[in-house]
Amino acid sequence: MQSSALIYDSAERKWPIVHEATELIRYRDLMFQLISRNIKTRYKRSALGIVWTMLHPLMMMVVLTLAFSSVFRVAVPHFAVYVLSGLLLWNFFSQTTNSAMSELLWGGTLLHRIYIPRGIFAATAVGTGLVNLLLSLPALFVVMAFSRVQFTAALLFVPVAILLTALFVMGMGLLLSTLVAYFADVYEMFQILLMSWFYLQPIMYPISIIPESLRWLITINPMYYFLVIFRASIYDGRFPSGRELGLAALIGIGTLAIGWLTFTRKAEELAYRI
Amino acid sequence: MHTAFEVRPELQSPAYVPSPTTSQPLIRVENVSVRYRVPQERINTFKEYAIRSLQRRIVYNEFFALRDVTLEVMAGEVFGVIGRNGAGKSTLLRVISQVMKPTMGRIWRRGSVAPLLELGAGFHQELTGRENVFLNGALLGHSRREMISRFDEIVAFAELEKFIDTPLRNYSSGMQARLGFAVATAIRPDILIVDEVLSVGDEQFQAKCKDRISAFRRSGATILLVSHQADVVEDLCDRAVWLDSGRISAIGPAREVVGKYHDSHP
Repeated sequence: MQSSALIYDSAERKWPIVHEATELIRYRDLMFQLISRNIKTRYKRSALGIVWTMLHPLMMMVVLTLAFSSVFRVAVPHFAVYVLSGLLLWNFFSQTTNSAMSELLWGGTLLHRIYIPRGIFAATAVGTGLVNLLLSLPALFVVMAFSRVQFTAALLFVPVAILLTALFVMGMGLLLSTLVAYFADVYEMFQILLMSWFYLQPIMYPISIIPESLRWLITINPMYYFLVIFRASIYDGRFPSGRELGLAALIGIGTLAIGWLTFTRKAEELAYRI
Repeated sequence: MHTAFEVRPELQSPAYVPSPTTSQPLIRVENVSVRYRVPQERINTFKEYAIRSLQRRIVYNEFFALRDVTLEVMAGEVFGVIGRNGAGKSTLLRVISQVMKPTMGRIWRRGSVAPLLELGAGFHQELTGRENVFLNGALLGHSRREMISRFDEIVAFAELEKFIDTPLRNYSSGMQARLGFAVATAIRPDILIVDEVLSVGDEQFQAKCKDRISAFRRSGATILLVSHQADVVEDLCDRAVWLDSGRISAIGPAREVVGKYHDSHP
C-alpha cells in the first residue's frame, strides 16, 4: 500500500461510484480489523461471550413461541422454526442498519483526522452482521432438529438468500448513514420505524391471517421478499420459485445501487458534516 | 471506462515529472479556499429542517477557514505552520491529507502521508495493546503483513513489552500516547504530519520522539509541523507559513516568519 509514486490530486475527476469501490478494496485489511473488533468487543466483558449471539434470538424465540404458538397452532406447524428463521433475518437487517449509522457517527472523529474511505463503516457493519448471522445459524439447525423439520437439499440455497439480503441491507445502511450525517435524529426516527416495521411483516404470524384486503401492507414491504426466500429454503424445504427469487434479486440489487449512488455522491461532504 | 483512468494531460506536463533533484515540490497547494457553511442556528433535526425549509428560513453563515492559500512544500523539507487558534492550521492539514476536498483550488501531492495528530484516535479501550496496534495500523492504511513484520519493533519502541496483552483501558494516558506514536511512525511515510503532539509522555520519551523525527528527516522524509508555539517551529523548521484568519500572512524561512509573528503578537 505504501508507494512513493502515490499521487493525490484533488482536481482529478474520478467517478465516485468506481473510486469508492476501489478504495474499499485497497482498505480491506482495515475492514477485517474493524469487523473483528466489533465481534470481539461486543461481549468482551460477559462470561458467556460470543454465545450471546446465539442466545439472544433463541430466547426471543422461546418467548414468542410460548406466547403465540397456541394461537397459531393450526396455521403454523413447527412454530419455533418459523419464528426463529424470521427473527434471525430481521435481526441481521435491524442490527446492521443501526450499526452502519452509529459506526459512521463514531468514526466521525476519525474522518476529521485521517483519510479512510467513507464507505468502510457501512461495509464493516454488513460484515459484522453477516458474521453474527452465521454464528447463530447452528442454533437454528439445532431447533430444526428438535422440531423434526426435514433437512432438505434446499438448504443449499441459504447462502444465496443471505447474500441477496446482504445487498439490500448494505443499500439501506448506506442510505441511512448518508441521512444520519445530515440529521442526527434520523437515528431515533428509525428506531420507531423499526418497531412498527417488525410487526408489519409475517415474522411471528403467518401471512394467511392477514385478510386479502390488507395484504398490500405486507407486500409493499421489501423485507418480506427476503423472508420468503430465506424461509422457503429452511422452513418449507423447497427452492424458491423464479418469481420469488427474481423479486428478491431485483430489490436487493436496486437498493444497493440507489444506496451506493447516494452515498458516494455525498461522500466528499461527509467530513464537512460529521 | 477507459477514459476514467487516463492520466490527465496536466500530470504529464514537465512541471509534474519527478526530477532527480531534491528541491522538487512534494505538496502543491494552489489557490485553495475552504468554505464552511454553518446554519445561523444549528439545525440538527430533520423536523426542524423540514419546517424551516418550508418557511425558507434557513440562513447560512459562510465562513472561510482558508482563503486563496498557495504554497509549495519541497521534498525533504521540515515545513512549519503557525498561527493562532482558528487561523486555519488544522484545515490546511485536512485538505493536504485528503480528509477534505478544498472548496476551491487544488491540492497536488506525491507520496504517502502519515498523520501524527492526536495519537491513538482510533484506539479501542476494550481491546488489548496488541489488537490496537493492528487496528491502528490498518487505519493508517498499512496491511496486516506490514504490521506483523514491524510488531516487535513497535512494542519495543513504546516500551510496553510487559503490557501488550493487557486491555487498553488499564493503560495510563502516557502509555497510550507512546503506543500511538510508535504505531504512527513504525513505517516511514514520505510526508509526516506532526500536530502539537511533541508534548506527550515524559521528558525521556519526548526526547525519543524527537530523535525519531530527526531520523526521518535525515532519511529524506518531508515533515509538516503545526504548532502555536512559534519557538518550536523556529527550532525545527527550514521554512514556515503564518496563517491568520485563513490567509497567508507571511511565508519564507522559519526564522523570518516567526520573527514577523512575534512582532505582531508581542
